[in-house]
Amino acid sequence: MKQQLEAIRKQALDKLAQISDLKELEEIKVAYLGKKGELTRILKGMGALSAEERPIIGQLANDVRADLEENIANTRARLVREERDRKLKSEIIDVTLPGKIRAIGKKHPLTLVLDEIKDIFLGMGYEIAEGPEIELDYNNFEALNIPKNHPARDTQDTFYISDNVVLRTHTSPVQIRHMQSNKPPIRIICPGRVYRSDAVDATHSPVFHQVEGLVVDKGVTMGDLVGTLQAFAKSIFGENTRIRLRPHHFPFTEPSAEVDVSCWGCGGVGCRICKGEGWIEILGAGMVHPNVLRECDIDPDIYSGFAFGMGVERITMGKFGIDDMRLLFENDIRFLRQF
Amino acid sequence: MKAPIKWLSDFVNINVPIKEYTEAMTLSGSKVEGVEDMGRDIEKVVVGKILSMERHPNADKLRICKVDIGSEVLQIVTGAPNVKEGDYIPVALVGAKLPGGEIRLSKLRGVESYGMMCSIDELNLTKDYLPDAPDYGVYVFKGTPELGADVKDVLDLDKVVEFEITSNRPDCLSIIGLARESAAVLGETFKIPKVEVKEEAGGDINDFVSIEIKNPELCYRYTARVVKDVKIGPSPEWMQRRLAAAGMRPINNIVDITNYVMLEYGQPMHAFDLEQVQGRKIVVRTPEEGETIRTLDGQDRELDPEMLLICDANRPIGVAGVMGGENSEITEKTSTILLESATFNGSSIRRTAKKMGLRSEASIRFEKGLDIENAIPALNRCAQLIELLGAGKVVKGVIDCNCKQYEKRVLKFEPERINSFLGTEIETAEMVRIFKSLEFEVDEKNMTVSPPSFRNDIVELADLCEEIARFYDYNNIKPTLLSGKESMQGRKTYKQKMEDVIRNTMYACGLNEAYTFSFASPRVFDTLNLAKDHPLRNAVVISNPLGEDFSLMRTTTIPDMLKSLSTNYNRNNPEAALFELSYVYIPTDGKELPDERETLTIGMYGGTSDFYEIKGIMEELMEAMGIKEYEFRPEKEEACFHPGRTAKLFVKDKNNKMVYAGILGEIHPDVAENYECPNRTYVAMADVAVLIDASTTEKQYKPLPKFPAITRDLAVVVDAELYVAQMLQTIKQEGGEYLEDVDVFDVYKGAQVPDGKKSVAFSLSFRASDRTLKDEDVNIAMDRILKGLEKEFDAQRR
Repeated sequence: MKQQLEAIRKQALDKLAQISDLKELEEIKVAYLGKKGELTRILKGMGALSAEERPIIGQLANDVRADLEENIANTRARLVREERDRKLKSEIIDVTLPGKIRAIGKKHPLTLVLDEIKDIFLGMGYEIAEGPEIELDYNNFEALNIPKNHPARDTQDTFYISDNVVLRTHTSPVQIRHMQSNKPPIRIICPGRVYRSDAVDATHSPVFHQVEGLVVDKGVTMGDLVGTLQAFAKSIFGENTRIRLRPHHFPFTEPSAEVDVSCWGCGGVGCRICKGEGWIEILGAGMVHPNVLRECDIDPDIYSGFAFGMGVERITMGKFGIDDMRLLFENDIRFLRQF
Repeated sequence: MKAPIKWLSDFVNINVPIKEYTEAMTLSGSKVEGVEDMGRDIEKVVVGKILSMERHPNADKLRICKVDIGSEVLQIVTGAPNVKEGDYIPVALVGAKLPGGEIRLSKLRGVESYGMMCSIDELNLTKDYLPDAPDYGVYVFKGTPELGADVKDVLDLDKVVEFEITSNRPDCLSIIGLARESAAVLGETFKIPKVEVKEEAGGDINDFVSIEIKNPELCYRYTARVVKDVKIGPSPEWMQRRLAAAGMRPINNIVDITNYVMLEYGQPMHAFDLEQVQGRKIVVRTPEEGETIRTLDGQDRELDPEMLLICDANRPIGVAGVMGGENSEITEKTSTILLESATFNGSSIRRTAKKMGLRSEASIRFEKGLDIENAIPALNRCAQLIELLGAGKVVKGVIDCNCKQYEKRVLKFEPERINSFLGTEIETAEMVRIFKSLEFEVDEKNMTVSPPSFRNDIVELADLCEEIARFYDYNNIKPTLLSGKESMQGRKTYKQKMEDVIRNTMYACGLNEAYTFSFASPRVFDTLNLAKDHPLRNAVVISNPLGEDFSLMRTTTIPDMLKSLSTNYNRNNPEAALFELSYVYIPTDGKELPDERETLTIGMYGGTSDFYEIKGIMEELMEAMGIKEYEFRPEKEEACFHPGRTAKLFVKDKNNKMVYAGILGEIHPDVAENYECPNRTYVAMADVAVLIDASTTEKQYKPLPKFPAITRDLAVVVDAELYVAQMLQTIKQEGGEYLEDVDVFDVYKGAQVPDGKKSVAFSLSFRASDRTLKDEDVNIAMDRILKGLEKEFDAQRR
């Protein structure tokens, strides 16, 4: 019996060493350790042994059982490990293929620039004021020191709805509405859509966007205007940007200025973008005309203020090198996805 | 305003390089738009005289000339048919530069030619500038210019500076005005040569004509002179050239002189044939009932009661400040003329000119309001030129009807206020210097300043500040940042924050942002298949649109979204997903301004887009905006949408009412075809104000569940047309307090489901907050739910 037990042990261990899947392992386990297994069968014959032999053989049988169980456990661990390795190997992918994701939508370049402008002025303590695009002639012109039949109306080709109603030609009427319902100190920007009767081409559009700003307080100086515009220009066009003010005329500001920034293409030495000038005009600005303050019931002897306005399309086109304004309103996905 | 440098130089020395000059002018407020250098690219072109001409031995059309250029005699071969011996012509020497290139020594059919005779084309000049030039062939000088002289000098080729003149400075719509500015900018002296009128005709103007102003509110001053023995003919070359350089076409001596004075003095002039002035009387008045006038251009003009006319004793003979009448026009036969130099109410002239569609060089000056003190100097200059040119004899005297005596404006001179307004520390003496250079009177004892009569724009402190600032140079003002002012908080309003939420949600859902115009064509309503009486057809109409396509303010954004999608589709972009946040404009009864409704528009085709994706986006938006209570109701009536694939969105407003917030669905195939969009195009549109009204940013934490949930599936067969939303409502009603969530996980039609039916499978989860539920609890609820579905919808459990 002793030999039998040893033979079983050897046979079982040999088999365990060779197998390669868990199913075989289960079969071996049943074949040797199961109720009808080899070991059990031998142990059943123990009754025929002498009293001296019985404990010895019993001991041996237990040894063999323990040995087999341990080996089975080890083999199982080996097989599980091997199977996992095989699986991992079969799952290798080409990690160099392009990533997959549902692409997020893109901000329109005009929104990108509008957001940037808003951020800059929010940071400087400005609020964002809004108003209607279809406006009273009074708010768009008369309150801004541009009476009916004033020659300054020529510079803004206006769409009329009726004698008293226009498509706003700038967001200045928002300033009027704000000043008439708020007292100084006032610090606002007025972004929005404006209209001028220009046919559509690469550099003109009858619909475009403006951001205007207005500050009214005691003791606001023209130096404050210059400093504000300089800070803005550096924020949006880069730290090395310089500005240049040229005297101009707007009926609603006095003194008035047109404001150039040093060319973003060449930094001011002259290139194709700035047509060799070194400067690019981006803003109109000035000290709020006393008549405008009076119209809004603000005493120009006590308060002063400045205002400025800029075209968003122009800045957007400059910043991104867009050469045709029509692209901004066509919504070709191949254009929009670039931003 | 085009200003030839040589003309400006009659009044001021401009002794700096042109670039320096234009920059200085621009930085002081007279913006230079460009410089036209008439002699640009013309070098080594001189006056020559043709001494002899011979036929070319080898070419019929060429001739060999000996040309004297003063220092030497050159052999030049020419093909020009119009020149002859003795002619003075421009000669481009060997090495000369012309706009067309450089001239080299050349051989023409074997004969050497040491230069080229030039046409005006080759000199880059036009017949406007040299009216006597032939249409083809070489230009021939009149008279006997010095041989060898540079043609640029002989032809007065000048640099012409074009200024942008702003509407507050009508005085700068003149050579004199710009010369004044130039003098102040360059620190030079401005001087007007003395104007003397000889009045050779003698007599007394009052014997010739009388003048009456009936509407002094429209005509401030009317001055006149009379000229006898007028000889109409061409004006001299120098005058023609200056007019042409400044952009005006020479006509005849009298017209040219009036135009010349207008450009030089900024005061438009008019000349009437005095013999045609009936009753020898000028009356300035508004029209009488039924009066009309035929203007110089041969047009009969209707007149309205506000238009100002120049009339004789019986009839209108001119529209004041706009155009003369045909009946008093200067002709070849004219022998006595009346010269008018007047100032009118600017707005009135502007209105009349606009109404008649006659904006002229004269009317654009009048409408800005002219200096009434300038009328007589300009009139005298005109008379002087007539004498100088021998165009007529001036009668003694001036008639001056002055209804609005000029009053000198006296303003306080407050250097400290100027400095504190500008944020500068400019010395008073410097301010005085600037004012004086601009011809302001400064009274340093009483501290007052008075602007000159031609500066109507200077009325108060801010105007004085601008004068000081622009000569101090804006760019010398020290930048400050509202220092010492109360600091303020910048932040967005709730609406602005919600707009950001909407935009960000759209980006996250893969939609790209679009911008479209706010206009609409009246045809869009038909292309959208809208009924004839559809309320969206009522739109705000633009009275002066850029064309029919842009003639309305849009009442819906769908057409623009479809156009954008169509653009993409037609450019073979396989898919597109867009959104726009913009406005529509809805007329409101009884209000002057329409209701501007902010609108979110979504559009997509291709890729994964289908009804449920666009609906999913709207659901995400509800989630992002904190809108908890909303529903999608099937919509079959909206003409531009697919009747079976469209829903309207309703949200619960602040008053707990379900209100319409938007629509979404597949575009009707007919409409998709109208817009050349793909067959499966999806659009959603929502009223942003309604969404914002229903939105909230408030969040409240709910404890995470402590006890497990029990989930059950339920599949039932119902009529195929039944809306799942109705079943969900029943399930929620019957589900009891433990029903936590219901999902639809399958909708199936086909084998094993009878025709006209569908199988809908729900996954339900139940949970109690205070204990672990037992199967019995859930069974009761499931029974109720099933019974409810059976009762309401005749549902059969599968």
